[in-house]
Amino acid sequence: MDTAALQAKATDIRRDILTMITEAGSGHPGGSLSCADILTALYFGGVMNHDASDPKMVGRDRFILAKGHAAPALYATLAEAGYFPKEEIHTLRKLGTRLQGHPDSNLLPGVEVSTGSLGQGLSVACGLAAGLRLSGEDGFVFTVLGDGECEEGQVWEAAMFGAHKALGRLVAIIDNNELQIDGCIHDVCDPGDLGDKFAAFGWDVQRVDGHDIEALVDVLSARKAQENARPLALIAKTVKGKGVSFMENEAGWHGKAPKPEELEAALAELAAAAE
Amino acid sequence: MVKLASAEAAAQKKATRAAYGATLAELAGEGLPVVAVDADLTGSTTTKKLADAGYADRLFNCGIAEQNMIDVAAGLSLAGNIAFTGSFAVFGTGRTYDQIRNTVCYSNLNVKIAPTHAGISVGPDGGSHQMLEDVSLMRGLPGMRVLVPADYAAARAALRLAAKTPGPVYVRMGRAAVPCVYDDDVELEIGRAYVLREGADVTIVANGVEIREAMAAAEALAAEGISAEVIDAFSVKPLDGETILASVAKTRCVVVAEEHSVIGGLGSAVCELLAASDPVPVEQVAVRDRFGKSGEFEELLAYFAIDAASIVEAVKKVRERAAL
Repeated sequence: MDTAALQAKATDIRRDILTMITEAGSGHPGGSLSCADILTALYFGGVMNHDASDPKMVGRDRFILAKGHAAPALYATLAEAGYFPKEEIHTLRKLGTRLQGHPDSNLLPGVEVSTGSLGQGLSVACGLAAGLRLSGEDGFVFTVLGDGECEEGQVWEAAMFGAHKALGRLVAIIDNNELQIDGCIHDVCDPGDLGDKFAAFGWDVQRVDGHDIEALVDVLSARKAQENARPLALIAKTVKGKGVSFMENEAGWHGKAPKPEELEAALAELAAAAE
Repeated sequence: MVKLASAEAAAQKKATRAAYGATLAELAGEGLPVVAVDADLTGSTTTKKLADAGYADRLFNCGIAEQNMIDVAAGLSLAGNIAFTGSFAVFGTGRTYDQIRNTVCYSNLNVKIAPTHAGISVGPDGGSHQMLEDVSLMRGLPGMRVLVPADYAAARAALRLAAKTPGPVYVRMGRAAVPCVYDDDVELEIGRAYVLREGADVTIVANGVEIREAMAAAEALAAEGISAEVIDAFSVKPLDGETILASVAKTRCVVVAEEHSVIGGLGSAVCELLAASDPVPVEQVAVRDRFGKSGEFEELLAYFAIDAASIVEAVKKVRERAAL
């Protein structure tokens, strides 16, 4: 694995995220930037079995972006992977676009299911994992949840189900940036330690630096290489707004578009860091 | 004309919910990839019969977690299955509206929302369990088809239609045993209404358990010299405008009867149709913007004024309004 090349991919994805949100004039940069390295590991680190030229390929691994507001991160990743032309990122959130404010599976190849209403993605991932097992397919199901999203009760209905059905080919990655719209998750309505909670529900739990692409690839590849009796919750410690100093750890950048001059400064930072 | 039950068969009573698990097992036996996802009510909804028929791996019990139930069904459909959901109508549509809206319908998934125990037929369980707003909720969803079968055979036909129609379908089933209306092997079509009794003086559009009341009302009206046409609008959405408008063209007045709130259900659908095409007087026989109450089903039909006598009264009123 070429870590430098993966980091370059992640930088490209961050650049596209910021550019498309600025051009759209609205969107969610903070939580998109925090999961950019996770998506890079999944799609470009050799973790997921997928083919942009055949998005419905039988036997593929599936990805569900439970935190649908991070759509720009998914769009940038899918465009980078070749699921649709990269120029299309400039249409984000505009009338007639396939790049809706939140992912629409009827419009865009590579989006398995529409998301946007928080708390539902893990349930869908559970059903999908159970369905693949029923039909004898061996694909894995990966989903990325927000930590604030874990305040939704349905997440824990799904956690109970996933453990009860022993969905060993299900991996829930928690983008643990500790911020939600109204502030720090521990101040707004503390969900506690999410790793401990998933463990209590009967899941395997691992913890990883969500910006260490090499570590992410190692953990996820190892998981795929073995038979698992339980689903995995991967608690990925992340920084909201990662990569842009003035956005990092600022809840205010949850759902606010950069101004053109802020975009310029952000892109300059990304370029400098890449050197 | 659609095949109706013989007089003997009509005397037999069966609940629409009883068709659920049996029909799923039948479909699985035919090789269709059906799965059922329920929430601790597999006996009440009868989805358990799918497992009993040898398809235990195709029944998923989520425990008392209805929101998860809907989205697990969504996930199962993404893996190529035809996924049916269970629970009671009050939880299977009300508690789960967002899951049905944002995941099932917005993604246009092959999920069939088919809860049982809808309406006041739940009886003694009371208002908390008597779902009277489900048709309204489901009818408003883009892409959702809404079916309200009148009897066991129609429920079986509706479930078979749901399985063979790609995308979201709502099938509303009840707890009460109701007389057979249709022949056992009846086949129905989505988007079609069925004239069960021909008449010239008034059109009664009904569905579900109200078919029985409408037929009884028509009989009583005949004794008074009023000839009522009874139409089963089992497909609330899409609604069969052609059949209803053809009837209205001769009768010039309409009564709509449903075991549902007066707001947003079949009555609303018929009024929307008539307002746009042929605005004749309409009277609605439905629950008047209120919650249910404990009681026996038969008592409740009278208490909420949705029984045959109430339909007769509504027919007289609407004929007066139409100056007939």
